[in-house]
Amino acid sequence: MKRYLTPTVAALQPSGIRKFFDLVSTKKNIISLGVGEPDFVTPWTIRESAIFSLEQGQTMYTSNAGLLELRQELSNYLSAHMGVRYRPEGELLITVGASEAVDLAMRALTGPGDAVLIPEPSYVSYVPCALLAGAEARYVSTSAANEFRLTVEDLEKVYTPNAKLLVLSYPNNPTGAIMRREDLLRIAEFVEAHDLLVLADEVYADLTYAAEPHTAFASLPGMRSRTLHVSSFSKSYAMTGWRVGYVAGHADILQGMLKIHQYIIMCASKMSQMAALEALRSAENAKREMIAAYDRRRRFMVDGFRQMGLDCFEPLGAFYVFPGIQRTGLSSEEFVNTLLEEENVAAVAGTAFGPSGEGHIRCSYACSLEQLEEALTRIGRFVRRRLA
Amino acid sequence: MLEHDRQLLRLIEQDCRLSPQDLAIQTGLSADYIQEKIRQWEADKVIVQFRPLINWEKTGEETVSALIEVRVLPQRGVGFDKIAKRIQKFPEVKNVLLISGGYDLALLIEGRSMQEVALFVAEKLAPLEHVQSTATHFVLRRYKQDGVEFIGEDEIPQRLVVSP
Repeated sequence: MKRYLTPTVAALQPSGIRKFFDLVSTKKNIISLGVGEPDFVTPWTIRESAIFSLEQGQTMYTSNAGLLELRQELSNYLSAHMGVRYRPEGELLITVGASEAVDLAMRALTGPGDAVLIPEPSYVSYVPCALLAGAEARYVSTSAANEFRLTVEDLEKVYTPNAKLLVLSYPNNPTGAIMRREDLLRIAEFVEAHDLLVLADEVYADLTYAAEPHTAFASLPGMRSRTLHVSSFSKSYAMTGWRVGYVAGHADILQGMLKIHQYIIMCASKMSQMAALEALRSAENAKREMIAAYDRRRRFMVDGFRQMGLDCFEPLGAFYVFPGIQRTGLSSEEFVNTLLEEENVAAVAGTAFGPSGEGHIRCSYACSLEQLEEALTRIGRFVRRRLA
Repeated sequence: MLEHDRQLLRLIEQDCRLSPQDLAIQTGLSADYIQEKIRQWEADKVIVQFRPLINWEKTGEETVSALIEVRVLPQRGVGFDKIAKRIQKFPEVKNVLLISGGYDLALLIEGRSMQEVALFVAEKLAPLEHVQSTATHFVLRRYKQDGVEFIGEDEIPQRLVVSP
Protein backbone atom coordinates (compact mmCIF):
# COMPACT_ATOMS: atom_id res chain seq x y z
CA MET A 1 0.00 0.00 0.00
CA LYS A 2 3.05 2.24 0.21
CA ARG A 3 2.42 3.48 -3.31
CA TYR A 4 -0.53 5.45 -1.95
CA LEU A 5 1.70 7.63 0.19
CA THR A 6 2.60 10.99 -1.24
CA PRO A 7 6.20 11.23 -2.46
CA THR A 8 6.99 13.73 0.31
CA VAL A 9 5.77 11.47 3.07
CA ALA A 10 7.30 8.38 1.49
CA ALA A 11 10.69 10.11 1.32
CA LEU A 12 10.51 11.44 4.88
CA GLN A 13 13.17 9.81 7.05
CA PRO A 14 11.91 8.30 10.28
CA SER A 15 13.57 9.89 13.30
CA GLY A 16 16.87 8.24 14.25
CA ILE A 17 15.57 8.24 17.78
CA ARG A 18 12.68 5.96 16.82
CA LYS A 19 15.03 3.16 15.82
CA PHE A 20 17.04 3.50 18.99
CA PHE A 21 13.85 3.60 21.05
CA ASP A 22 12.83 0.24 19.62
CA LEU A 23 16.23 -1.18 20.52
CA VAL A 24 16.18 0.21 24.06
CA SER A 25 12.64 -1.04 24.61
CA THR A 26 13.85 -4.63 24.26
CA LYS A 27 16.19 -4.24 27.25
CA LYS A 28 15.47 -4.47 30.95
CA ASN A 29 17.00 -2.62 33.91
CA ILE A 30 18.48 0.12 31.83
CA ILE A 31 19.29 3.62 33.01
CA SER A 32 18.09 5.98 30.34
CA LEU A 33 19.78 9.30 29.76
CA GLY A 34 17.85 9.42 26.51
CA VAL A 35 14.70 11.07 27.73
CA GLY A 36 13.89 14.53 26.42
CA GLU A 37 11.43 15.48 29.13
CA PRO A 38 11.54 16.40 32.82
CA ASP A 39 11.60 13.61 35.39
CA PHE A 40 9.46 15.71 37.72
CA VAL A 41 5.75 15.09 37.91
CA THR A 42 3.73 18.26 37.22
CA PRO A 43 3.58 20.37 40.42
CA TRP A 44 0.53 19.50 42.50
CA THR A 45 -1.06 22.94 42.40
CA ILE A 46 -1.30 22.62 38.61
CA ARG A 47 -2.74 19.09 38.70
CA GLU A 48 -5.17 20.04 41.43
CA SER A 49 -6.44 22.97 39.43
CA ALA A 50 -7.02 20.77 36.37
CA ILE A 51 -8.97 18.31 38.53
CA PHE A 52 -11.07 21.18 39.86
CA SER A 53 -11.81 22.41 36.35
CA LEU A 54 -13.10 18.94 35.49
CA GLU A 55 -15.22 18.84 38.63
CA GLN A 56 -16.75 22.12 37.56
CA GLY A 57 -17.59 20.63 34.20
CA GLN A 58 -15.23 22.82 32.20
CA THR A 59 -15.07 20.36 29.37
CA MET A 60 -16.04 22.38 26.31
CA TYR A 61 -14.11 23.93 23.43
CA THR A 62 -12.30 27.18 24.03
CA SER A 63 -11.94 29.88 21.39
CA ASN A 64 -9.60 28.86 18.59
CA ALA A 65 -6.81 31.06 19.84
CA GLY A 66 -7.13 29.61 23.34
CA LEU A 67 -8.65 30.80 26.62
CA LEU A 68 -8.53 34.57 26.71
CA GLU A 69 -7.63 34.48 30.40
CA LEU A 70 -4.63 32.31 29.61
CA ARG A 71 -3.53 34.59 26.80
CA GLN A 72 -3.84 37.60 29.10
CA GLU A 73 -1.76 35.93 31.77
CA LEU A 74 0.75 34.81 29.16
CA SER A 75 0.98 38.32 27.77
CA ASN A 76 1.95 39.59 31.23
CA TYR A 77 4.37 36.73 31.69
CA LEU A 78 6.15 37.36 28.38
CA SER A 79 6.33 41.03 29.09
CA ALA A 80 7.89 40.43 32.52
CA HIS A 81 10.19 37.55 31.61
CA MET A 82 11.03 37.99 27.94
CA GLY A 83 10.77 41.75 27.70
CA VAL A 84 8.25 41.69 24.84
CA ARG A 85 4.61 42.70 25.15
CA TYR A 86 2.09 40.87 22.94
CA ARG A 87 -1.60 41.69 22.70
CA PRO A 88 -3.70 38.78 24.02
CA GLU A 89 -6.11 39.35 21.13
CA GLY A 90 -4.40 38.74 17.83
CA GLU A 91 -0.77 38.32 18.82
CA LEU A 92 -0.93 35.14 20.90
CA LEU A 93 -2.12 31.67 19.96
CA ILE A 94 -2.33 28.66 22.29
CA THR A 95 -1.24 25.48 20.51
CA VAL A 96 -0.96 21.78 21.18
CA GLY A 97 2.63 21.93 22.40
CA ALA A 98 5.35 23.96 20.74
CA SER A 99 5.40 21.18 18.12
CA GLU A 100 2.12 22.37 16.63
CA ALA A 101 3.37 25.95 16.60
CA VAL A 102 6.46 24.87 14.62
CA ASP A 103 4.27 23.08 12.10
CA LEU A 104 1.88 26.04 11.78
CA ALA A 105 4.75 28.44 11.26
CA MET A 106 6.33 26.33 8.53
CA ARG A 107 3.03 25.86 6.75
CA ALA A 108 1.89 29.46 7.05
CA LEU A 109 5.19 30.95 5.96
CA THR A 110 6.96 28.57 3.63
CA GLY A 111 6.17 26.50 0.60
CA PRO A 112 7.66 25.31 -2.66
CA GLY A 113 10.56 27.52 -3.72
CA ASP A 114 11.31 28.73 -0.17
CA ALA A 115 14.23 27.60 1.93
CA VAL A 116 14.26 27.22 5.70
CA LEU A 117 17.62 27.61 7.44
CA ILE A 118 17.93 25.11 10.26
CA PRO A 119 21.00 25.18 12.49
CA GLU A 120 22.01 21.69 13.58
CA PRO A 121 22.37 19.70 15.76
CA SER A 122 18.83 20.57 16.75
CA TYR A 123 15.44 19.18 17.63
CA VAL A 124 14.21 16.60 15.17
CA SER A 125 10.99 18.15 13.89
CA TYR A 126 12.13 21.26 11.99
CA VAL A 127 13.32 19.50 8.84
CA PRO A 128 10.25 17.23 8.47
CA CYS A 129 7.90 20.16 9.08
CA ALA A 130 9.69 22.25 6.44
CA LEU A 131 9.56 19.37 3.97
CA LEU A 132 5.90 18.70 4.66
CA ALA A 133 5.22 22.37 3.95
CA GLY A 134 6.88 21.82 0.58
CA ALA A 135 9.87 23.98 1.43
CA GLU A 136 13.56 23.19 1.17
CA ALA A 137 15.30 22.48 4.48
CA ARG A 138 18.88 23.75 4.60
CA TYR A 139 21.02 22.63 7.49
CA VAL A 140 23.39 25.16 9.02
CA SER A 141 26.24 23.33 10.73
CA THR A 142 27.40 24.50 14.12
CA SER A 143 30.46 23.15 15.88
CA ALA A 144 31.88 22.18 19.23
CA ALA A 145 34.65 24.74 18.63
CA ASN A 146 31.99 27.46 19.06
CA GLU A 147 30.22 25.50 21.77
CA PHE A 148 27.46 24.93 19.22
CA ARG A 149 26.49 28.59 19.07
CA LEU A 150 25.29 29.82 15.70
CA THR A 151 27.48 32.39 13.98
CA VAL A 152 26.92 34.61 10.94
CA GLU A 153 29.81 32.79 9.24
CA ASP A 154 27.93 29.50 9.66
CA LEU A 155 24.86 31.09 8.10
CA GLU A 156 26.72 32.62 5.20
CA LYS A 157 28.04 29.22 4.16
CA VAL A 158 24.58 27.92 3.32
CA TYR A 159 22.52 31.03 2.70
CA THR A 160 20.64 31.15 -0.60
CA PRO A 161 18.44 34.03 -1.77
CA ASN A 162 15.33 31.86 -1.52
CA ALA A 163 15.87 31.53 2.25
CA LYS A 164 12.81 32.90 3.99
CA LEU A 165 12.80 31.52 7.50
CA LEU A 166 15.55 30.92 10.03
CA VAL A 167 14.97 28.54 12.93
CA LEU A 168 16.66 29.51 16.18
CA SER A 169 16.34 26.98 18.96
CA TYR A 170 18.33 28.16 21.94
CA PRO A 171 18.77 27.03 24.66
CA ASN A 172 19.40 24.07 22.43
CA ASN A 173 18.31 20.50 22.44
CA PRO A 174 20.54 18.40 22.14
CA THR A 175 23.67 20.43 22.92
CA GLY A 176 22.57 22.54 25.89
CA ALA A 177 24.12 25.53 24.11
CA ILE A 178 22.74 29.00 24.68
CA MET A 179 23.13 32.19 22.64
CA ARG A 180 24.15 35.30 24.52
CA ARG A 181 22.69 38.67 23.70
CA GLU A 182 25.77 39.75 21.74
CA ASP A 183 25.68 36.52 19.69
CA LEU A 184 22.02 37.12 18.89
CA LEU A 185 22.58 40.76 17.92
CA ARG A 186 24.90 39.64 15.13
CA ILE A 187 22.31 37.14 13.93
CA ALA A 188 19.70 39.90 14.03
CA GLU A 189 21.82 42.00 11.67
CA PHE A 190 22.02 39.08 9.28
CA VAL A 191 18.25 38.55 9.51
CA GLU A 192 17.60 42.21 8.78
CA ALA A 193 20.07 42.34 5.90
CA HIS A 194 18.51 39.29 4.21
CA ASP A 195 14.90 40.10 5.05
CA LEU A 196 14.39 36.81 6.90
CA LEU A 197 11.74 35.75 9.35
CA VAL A 198 12.74 33.89 12.50
CA LEU A 199 11.10 30.94 14.16
CA ALA A 200 12.50 31.26 17.68
CA ASP A 201 11.77 27.99 19.45
CA GLU A 202 12.58 28.98 23.01
CA VAL A 203 10.96 26.15 24.94
CA TYR A 204 13.99 25.93 27.25
CA ALA A 205 14.14 29.69 27.90
CA ASP A 206 13.49 29.25 31.61
CA LEU A 207 16.12 26.57 31.96
CA THR A 208 19.30 28.58 31.73
CA TYR A 209 22.17 28.55 34.18
CA ALA A 210 24.31 31.48 33.05
CA ALA A 211 24.70 34.65 35.09
CA GLU A 212 22.68 36.62 32.57
CA PRO A 213 19.10 35.53 31.88
CA HIS A 214 17.92 34.23 28.52
CA THR A 215 17.51 36.84 25.79
CA ALA A 216 14.38 36.34 23.70
CA PHE A 217 15.18 36.96 20.05
CA ALA A 218 11.98 39.00 19.67
CA SER A 219 13.21 41.42 22.33
CA LEU A 220 16.12 42.58 20.17
CA PRO A 221 15.74 45.93 18.38
CA GLY A 222 13.70 45.54 15.20
CA MET A 223 13.14 41.80 15.67
CA ARG A 224 9.69 41.73 17.24
CA SER A 225 7.76 41.76 13.98
CA ARG A 226 10.17 39.37 12.23
CA THR A 227 10.05 36.79 14.99
CA LEU A 228 7.64 34.08 15.97
CA HIS A 229 8.32 33.37 19.61
CA VAL A 230 7.42 29.73 20.21
CA SER A 231 7.41 28.13 23.62
CA SER A 232 5.50 25.75 25.82
CA PHE A 233 4.71 24.72 29.36
CA SER A 234 6.29 21.30 28.90
CA LYS A 235 9.84 21.90 30.07
CA SER A 236 9.46 24.83 32.47
CA TYR A 237 6.58 23.34 34.45
CA ALA A 238 7.12 19.62 33.80
CA MET A 239 3.93 19.46 31.75
CA THR A 240 4.95 17.48 28.66
CA GLY A 241 1.90 15.22 28.60
CA TRP A 242 -0.53 18.13 28.84
CA ARG A 243 0.47 19.36 25.40
CA VAL A 244 0.19 23.10 25.79
CA GLY A 245 2.38 25.46 23.83
CA TYR A 246 2.01 28.87 22.31
CA VAL A 247 3.25 31.19 19.65
CA ALA A 248 3.51 34.95 19.83
CA GLY A 249 4.17 37.24 16.91
CA HIS A 250 2.92 39.78 14.41
CA ALA A 251 -0.89 39.79 14.09
CA ASP A 252 -0.82 39.32 10.29
CA ILE A 253 1.23 36.14 10.59
CA LEU A 254 -0.68 34.85 13.60
CA GLN A 255 -3.91 35.36 11.67
CA GLY A 256 -2.59 33.02 8.96
CA MET A 257 -1.47 30.43 11.49
CA LEU A 258 -4.79 30.67 13.28
CA LYS A 259 -6.57 29.69 10.07
CA ILE A 260 -4.64 26.43 9.87
CA HIS A 261 -5.02 25.83 13.60
CA GLN A 262 -8.79 26.31 13.56
CA TYR A 263 -9.29 23.80 10.77
CA ILE A 264 -6.95 21.08 12.00
CA ILE A 265 -7.01 21.42 15.80
CA MET A 266 -9.92 23.69 16.70
CA CYS A 267 -8.37 24.46 20.06
CA ALA A 268 -5.92 23.05 22.60
CA SER A 269 -7.42 20.89 25.35
CA LYS A 270 -9.40 23.00 27.79
CA MET A 271 -8.32 21.07 30.86
CA SER A 272 -4.71 21.55 29.85
CA GLN A 273 -5.24 25.23 29.25
CA MET A 274 -6.75 25.57 32.72
CA ALA A 275 -3.69 23.81 34.11
CA ALA A 276 -1.39 26.14 32.16
CA LEU A 277 -3.20 29.13 33.60
CA GLU A 278 -2.56 27.83 37.11
CA ALA A 279 1.08 27.20 36.19
CA LEU A 280 1.55 30.86 35.30
CA ARG A 281 -0.32 32.05 38.37
CA SER A 282 1.14 29.97 41.11
CA ALA A 283 3.87 27.57 40.10
CA GLU A 284 6.75 30.02 39.98
CA ASN A 285 8.36 28.61 43.13
CA ALA A 286 7.95 25.02 42.01
CA LYS A 287 9.56 25.97 38.70
CA ARG A 288 12.48 27.63 40.43
CA GLU A 289 13.08 24.55 42.56
CA MET A 290 13.14 22.31 39.51
CA ILE A 291 15.58 24.63 37.76
CA ALA A 292 17.84 24.62 40.81
CA ALA A 293 17.78 20.80 40.81
CA TYR A 294 18.67 20.68 37.09
CA ASP A 295 21.53 23.05 37.71
CA ARG A 296 23.02 20.80 40.39
CA ARG A 297 22.73 17.74 38.19
CA ARG A 298 24.24 19.64 35.27
CA ARG A 299 27.40 20.45 37.23
CA PHE A 300 27.54 16.88 38.45
CA MET A 301 27.38 15.52 34.90
CA VAL A 302 29.91 17.91 33.39
CA ASP A 303 32.32 17.12 36.21
CA GLY A 304 31.77 13.38 35.70
CA PHE A 305 32.44 13.43 31.97
CA ARG A 306 35.51 15.61 32.34
CA GLN A 307 36.89 13.25 34.97
CA MET A 308 36.55 10.43 32.46
CA GLY A 309 38.83 12.40 30.17
CA LEU A 310 36.11 13.29 27.66
CA ASP A 311 35.73 16.75 26.17
CA CYS A 312 32.65 18.32 27.62
CA PHE A 313 31.90 22.00 27.13
CA GLU A 314 29.72 23.53 29.79
CA PRO A 315 26.10 23.51 28.61
CA LEU A 316 24.32 26.56 30.01
CA GLY A 317 20.78 25.70 29.02
CA ALA A 318 18.10 23.00 28.74
CA PHE A 319 18.81 19.69 30.52
CA TYR A 320 21.35 18.02 28.29
CA VAL A 321 25.09 17.55 28.26
CA PHE A 322 26.71 16.83 24.93
CA PRO A 323 30.13 15.32 25.62
CA GLY A 324 32.56 14.55 22.81
CA ILE A 325 33.35 10.85 22.53
CA GLN A 326 35.88 10.99 19.65
CA ARG A 327 38.70 9.79 21.90
CA THR A 328 37.10 6.40 22.24
CA GLY A 329 37.53 5.87 18.50
CA LEU A 330 33.84 5.07 18.17
CA SER A 331 31.27 6.88 16.08
CA SER A 332 28.31 8.34 17.97
CA GLU A 333 26.06 5.54 16.89
CA GLU A 334 28.59 2.83 17.71
CA PHE A 335 29.15 4.42 21.10
CA VAL A 336 25.48 4.47 22.12
CA ASN A 337 24.75 1.00 20.76
CA THR A 338 27.76 -0.59 22.47
CA LEU A 339 27.15 1.33 25.67
CA LEU A 340 23.60 0.02 25.74
CA GLU A 341 24.79 -3.51 25.03
CA GLU A 342 27.62 -3.59 27.55
CA GLU A 343 26.45 -1.33 30.36
CA ASN A 344 22.68 -0.98 30.00
CA VAL A 345 22.84 2.79 29.73
CA ALA A 346 20.88 4.57 27.02
CA ALA A 347 22.14 7.85 25.58
CA VAL A 348 21.24 9.29 22.20
CA ALA A 349 23.75 9.58 19.34
CA GLY A 350 24.48 13.20 18.48
CA THR A 351 23.83 12.35 14.83
CA ALA A 352 20.12 11.86 15.59
CA PHE A 353 19.98 15.66 15.69
CA GLY A 354 21.99 16.42 12.55
CA PRO A 355 25.33 15.51 10.99
CA SER A 356 27.31 17.94 13.18
CA GLY A 357 26.34 15.83 16.16
CA GLU A 358 28.86 13.18 15.05
CA GLY A 359 31.43 12.55 17.76
CA HIS A 360 28.99 13.49 20.51
CA ILE A 361 26.25 11.88 22.56
CA ARG A 362 23.27 13.56 24.16
CA CYS A 363 22.82 12.76 27.81
CA SER A 364 19.74 14.11 29.52
CA TYR A 365 20.18 14.93 33.18
CA ALA A 366 16.44 14.96 33.81
CA CYS A 367 17.00 11.98 36.11
CA SER A 368 17.58 11.61 39.83
CA LEU A 369 21.12 12.20 41.09
CA GLU A 370 21.29 8.55 42.17
CA GLN A 371 20.55 7.44 38.63
CA LEU A 372 23.01 9.91 37.17
CA GLU A 373 25.69 8.72 39.56
CA GLU A 374 25.14 5.11 38.55
CA ALA A 375 25.03 6.03 34.86
CA LEU A 376 28.32 7.93 35.13
CA THR A 377 29.95 4.97 36.89
CA ARG A 378 28.89 2.68 34.07
CA ILE A 379 29.85 5.09 31.28
CA GLY A 380 33.19 5.67 33.01
CA ARG A 381 33.87 1.94 33.05
CA PHE A 382 32.91 1.72 29.39
CA VAL A 383 35.12 4.64 28.38
CA ARG A 384 38.10 3.31 30.34
CA ARG A 385 37.90 0.03 28.46
CA ARG A 386 37.98 1.92 25.17
CA LEU A 387 40.81 4.25 26.14
CA ALA A 388 42.98 1.46 27.59
CA MET B 1 21.65 36.01 52.94
CA LEU B 2 23.34 35.34 49.62
CA GLU B 3 21.39 33.25 47.11
CA HIS B 4 24.12 30.60 46.81
CA ASP B 5 24.25 30.27 50.61
CA ARG B 6 20.50 29.87 50.77
CA GLN B 7 20.70 27.14 48.14
CA LEU B 8 23.53 25.44 49.96
CA LEU B 9 21.57 25.39 53.19
CA ARG B 10 18.48 24.02 51.43
CA LEU B 11 20.59 21.27 49.91
CA ILE B 12 22.02 20.28 53.29
CA GLU B 13 18.52 20.38 54.73
CA GLN B 14 17.34 17.91 52.10
CA ASP B 15 20.28 15.54 52.45
CA CYS B 16 22.82 16.12 55.19
CA ARG B 17 24.91 13.17 54.06
CA LEU B 18 26.34 15.13 51.13
CA SER B 19 30.00 15.82 51.74
CA PRO B 20 31.50 19.26 51.09
CA GLN B 21 33.03 17.71 47.97
CA ASP B 22 29.64 16.48 46.72
CA LEU B 23 28.13 19.86 47.46
CA ALA B 24 30.99 21.61 45.67
CA ILE B 25 30.40 19.66 42.46
CA GLN B 26 26.70 20.37 42.51
CA THR B 27 26.82 24.05 43.40
CA GLY B 28 30.02 25.24 41.74
CA LEU B 29 31.21 26.63 45.10
CA SER B 30 34.58 25.49 46.47
CA ALA B 31 34.71 22.67 49.01
CA ASP B 32 36.77 24.87 51.34
CA TYR B 33 34.14 27.59 51.25
CA ILE B 34 31.39 25.08 51.96
CA GLN B 35 33.31 23.51 54.84
CA GLU B 36 33.90 26.90 56.42
CA LYS B 37 30.29 27.92 55.88
CA ILE B 38 28.98 24.75 57.56
CA ARG B 39 31.32 25.26 60.49
CA GLN B 40 30.08 28.82 60.89
CA TRP B 41 26.43 27.79 60.62
CA GLU B 42 26.94 25.15 63.25
CA ALA B 43 28.62 27.65 65.55
CA ASP B 44 25.78 30.12 65.05
CA LYS B 45 23.20 27.37 65.60
CA VAL B 46 21.79 27.99 62.15
CA ILE B 47 22.42 24.32 61.54
CA VAL B 48 21.11 22.88 64.79
CA GLN B 49 21.60 19.20 64.16
CA PHE B 50 22.29 16.72 61.36
CA ARG B 51 19.80 13.91 61.47
CA PRO B 52 17.61 11.67 59.36
CA LEU B 53 13.83 11.68 59.20
CA ILE B 54 12.58 8.35 60.50
CA ASN B 55 9.15 6.87 60.06
CA TRP B 56 8.92 4.91 63.33
CA GLU B 57 5.59 3.40 62.36
CA LYS B 58 7.43 1.29 59.82
CA THR B 59 9.74 -0.18 62.44
CA GLY B 60 6.89 -1.75 64.41
CA GLU B 61 8.01 0.16 67.49
CA GLU B 62 5.09 1.27 69.62
CA THR B 63 5.07 5.04 69.90
CA VAL B 64 2.22 7.37 70.63
CA SER B 65 2.14 11.05 69.82
CA ALA B 66 -0.27 13.71 70.86
CA LEU B 67 -0.81 17.34 70.03
CA ILE B 68 -1.56 19.29 73.17
CA GLU B 69 -3.24 22.65 73.20
CA VAL B 70 -2.16 24.60 76.25
CA ARG B 71 -3.73 27.77 77.53
CA VAL B 72 -1.31 29.75 79.62
CA LEU B 73 -1.54 32.86 81.74
CA PRO B 74 1.21 35.11 80.44
CA GLN B 75 3.50 36.46 83.13
CA ARG B 76 4.43 40.06 83.53
CA GLY B 77 7.79 40.91 81.98
CA VAL B 78 8.46 37.49 80.44
CA GLY B 79 5.22 36.76 78.56
CA PHE B 80 5.10 33.12 77.54
CA ASP B 81 8.87 32.54 77.43
CA LYS B 82 9.34 31.43 81.00
CA ILE B 83 6.66 28.78 80.95
CA ALA B 84 7.66 27.63 77.45
CA LYS B 85 11.27 27.17 78.57
CA ARG B 86 10.10 25.16 81.52
CA ILE B 87 7.88 22.92 79.43
CA GLN B 88 10.46 22.28 76.72
CA LYS B 89 12.87 20.74 79.23
CA PHE B 90 10.75 17.59 79.52
CA PRO B 91 12.17 14.93 77.20
CA GLU B 92 8.64 13.78 76.30
CA VAL B 93 8.02 17.16 74.68
CA LYS B 94 9.21 17.11 71.07
CA ASN B 95 7.86 20.44 69.77
CA VAL B 96 6.83 23.62 71.49
CA LEU B 97 5.21 26.35 69.44
CA LEU B 98 3.71 29.64 70.55
CA ILE B 99 0.72 30.24 68.36
CA SER B 100 -2.00 32.75 67.73
CA GLY B 101 -5.69 31.95 68.06
CA GLY B 102 -7.76 30.06 70.59
CA TYR B 103 -4.92 28.80 72.74
CA ASP B 104 -1.30 29.70 73.38
CA LEU B 105 1.17 26.83 73.20
CA ALA B 106 0.98 23.84 70.89
CA LEU B 107 3.04 20.88 72.03
CA LEU B 108 3.88 17.60 70.41
CA ILE B 109 4.36 14.90 73.02
CA GLU B 110 5.73 11.43 72.42
CA GLY B 111 5.45 8.41 74.65
CA ARG B 112 5.34 4.62 74.49
CA SER B 113 1.62 4.38 75.23
CA MET B 114 -1.48 6.51 75.47
CA GLN B 115 -1.38 6.05 79.20
CA GLU B 116 2.16 7.35 79.40
CA VAL B 117 1.20 10.47 77.44
CA ALA B 118 -1.98 10.97 79.47
CA LEU B 119 -0.04 10.62 82.71
CA PHE B 120 2.52 13.13 81.56
CA VAL B 121 -0.22 15.65 80.81
CA ALA B 122 -2.05 15.02 84.05
CA GLU B 123 0.94 14.88 86.34
CA LYS B 124 3.56 17.14 84.80
CA LEU B 125 1.95 19.56 82.43
CA ALA B 126 -1.50 20.46 83.76
CA PRO B 127 -0.38 21.15 87.34
CA LEU B 128 2.26 23.66 86.24
CA GLU B 129 1.74 27.09 87.62
CA HIS B 130 0.22 29.44 84.97
CA VAL B 131 -1.11 26.56 82.88
CA GLN B 132 -4.83 27.21 82.73
CA SER B 133 -6.03 24.29 80.69
CA THR B 134 -4.90 21.58 78.28
CA ALA B 135 -6.57 19.64 75.49
CA THR B 136 -4.99 16.43 74.24
CA HIS B 137 -5.36 15.21 70.66
CA PHE B 138 -3.81 11.84 69.95
CA VAL B 139 -2.17 11.42 66.57
CA LEU B 140 -3.81 8.60 64.62
CA ARG B 141 -1.76 8.66 61.47
CA ARG B 142 1.16 10.63 60.15
CA TYR B 143 0.65 11.48 56.48
CA LYS B 144 3.39 14.00 55.97
CA GLN B 145 6.17 15.34 58.12
CA ASP B 146 8.70 18.08 57.46
CA GLY B 147 7.68 18.28 53.82
CA VAL B 148 8.01 14.55 53.24
CA GLU B 149 5.01 12.35 52.46
CA PHE B 150 4.86 9.26 54.67
CA ILE B 151 1.72 7.72 53.22
CA GLY B 152 0.94 7.24 49.54
CA GLU B 153 2.66 5.85 46.54
CA ASP B 154 5.83 7.40 45.23
CA GLU B 155 5.10 9.27 42.06
CA ILE B 156 7.31 7.48 39.63
CA PRO B 157 7.34 9.30 36.33
CA GLN B 158 6.14 7.01 33.56
CA ARG B 159 8.28 8.20 30.68
CA LEU B 160 9.20 6.78 27.33
CA VAL B 161 12.69 5.32 27.63
CA VAL B 162 13.97 7.48 24.80
CA SER B 163 12.38 10.62 23.39
CA PRO B 164 13.61 13.55 21.32
